[in-house]
Amino acid sequence: MEKRVRFKSRWLPWLLIAPQLVVVLVFFFWPAGQALYQSVLQEDAFGASREFVGMENFARLWNDSGYIDSFVTTGVFSILVATIGLSVSLLLAVMADRVGRGAGIYKTLLIWPYAVAPVVAGVLWLFMFASPMGVVGYTLRAMGIEWNHLLNPNHAMALIVMAAVWKQISYNFLFFLAGLHSIPKSLIEAAAIDGASPWRRFWTIVFPLLSPTTFFLLVINIVYAFFDTFAIVDATTHGGPGKDTAILVYKVYYDGFKALDMGSSAAQSVVLMVIVISLTVLQFKFVEKKVQY
Amino acid sequence: MIERRPGLQILRHLILLMGVFIVAFPLYLTFVGSTQTAQQINQSVPMSMMPGGHFWETYQLTLFGGPNSQGSPLPAMWPMMKISLITALGIAIGKIAISLLSAFAIVYFRFPLRNMVFWMIFVTLMLPVEVRISPTYQVVAGLGMLNSFAGLTVPLIASATATFLFRQFFLTIPDELIEAARMDGAGPMRFFKDVLLPLSATNIAALFVIQFIYGWNQYLWPLLVTTNEDMYPVVLGIKRLISGESWTEWNVVMAAALLAMLPPAMVVILMQKWFVKGLVDTEK
Repeated sequence: MEKRVRFKSRWLPWLLIAPQLVVVLVFFFWPAGQALYQSVLQEDAFGASREFVGMENFARLWNDSGYIDSFVTTGVFSILVATIGLSVSLLLAVMADRVGRGAGIYKTLLIWPYAVAPVVAGVLWLFMFASPMGVVGYTLRAMGIEWNHLLNPNHAMALIVMAAVWKQISYNFLFFLAGLHSIPKSLIEAAAIDGASPWRRFWTIVFPLLSPTTFFLLVINIVYAFFDTFAIVDATTHGGPGKDTAILVYKVYYDGFKALDMGSSAAQSVVLMVIVISLTVLQFKFVEKKVQY
Repeated sequence: MIERRPGLQILRHLILLMGVFIVAFPLYLTFVGSTQTAQQINQSVPMSMMPGGHFWETYQLTLFGGPNSQGSPLPAMWPMMKISLITALGIAIGKIAISLLSAFAIVYFRFPLRNMVFWMIFVTLMLPVEVRISPTYQVVAGLGMLNSFAGLTVPLIASATATFLFRQFFLTIPDELIEAARMDGAGPMRFFKDVLLPLSATNIAALFVIQFIYGWNQYLWPLLVTTNEDMYPVVLGIKRLISGESWTEWNVVMAAALLAMLPPAMVVILMQKWFVKGLVDTEK
């Protein structure tokens, strides 16, 4: 779509676009180029010497069992966050969509965690499980589960998954609710007249019609788990015990700023960029499809 | 309501109440924690679930700093909240301003390389700060912007989503408006100020809510570019409070967590309509 009528000026559009362009060039393209450049260099920790090493940094990553482990950790983490988060939010959205009176209040009470910073979400959940005074940790111990997220990798993973899901429920809930609103009531009424139970109506009509929303949220949740949960990990587990909850972004940060291995950190950044680009392309492919649909 | 099933209706309320409980329970516990003393929390197994009587002491200590129960100094959260506020406002206003201008240029002017510029802005979607942390840090350090408001805000204000949103919106504005403005002798900037800006008010409000929350909750970027405690936003301050080796002053941590979530939560609740609009619009 284009405008038929425009203003004419040689310099004004450049002046208008300059601030955005400068920021984009200086803080996006230059660093991204630097990351590409550094990923093929080997540099010592003090930056005194550097040499071209080609693909060696990537080869080193590939052979580094720690990096592969971090990939697996991130995969497990994002699958757990996405499936648990989407299921819980979908259940709540379906209930809120049909509850009638009181729906507005439930909505307000369910959406505020969107405003909570990930690090605060991490601290809140840490407080519930911390030893010895954490209420939930205590209850679990009373039930015979020896909760210890400092030593048990499964417990540590469970803790960051819970904090991450808790923060993301509000977002998923709002989008599911919007998706449910757009399903024509007549379809559901027709099925009800034909005698389909609410359970059956959900699985044969609502859920299939909701699939564009679900797919969109799936991509968003994976991106969220990959990139926005750094603060949760940093506040609760520090990637531990050992490296068992060190997700990819945490590892980039750790290798670049704590271990000062710039070449490896840059190579990891490049890998992450490839992941984000593929996820974004996937999302846009889907948006195009939705427009036709 | 398609059919009456009282049992189902009760089930719906039960499930929703359970959801509200899961969402609200950590918040309640945070509040309770912030009204007790550090000893009360640390020495009871488990801590009491009833609010204690130390609300004012805790919040005073948290906001203005002072010695903790072990005698070591605690940082004041009040200055950090000011940093957070300035940063969040800077990011939100900056993003909206530069996106409005560039969307105006892209939609209402024809200039060489216009499409290329648009795509250059657009692909920044694919480069979130998390994937380019060390090279961006080096650029900011090279420009001498560490420990400054410029370093905290400027690298985060380029926004493809906001530019895209305003572009889409400008394209829906009828051409008759620009013709009428031109006939009345208005130049481009006059048209921008008197026609486009007022028309964009709801979009600006919606975007502001989302970007304010985004700015307030930034964690990884401030962690890199601030080394001086005077420039810490409040979310970093909280992290500092729990990274002590032996003793965690949990009541202060909880008070700080509540203070840190209060401003963005108020924005979400009070501006709910714009918040929902902003969320849905920016993710299209």
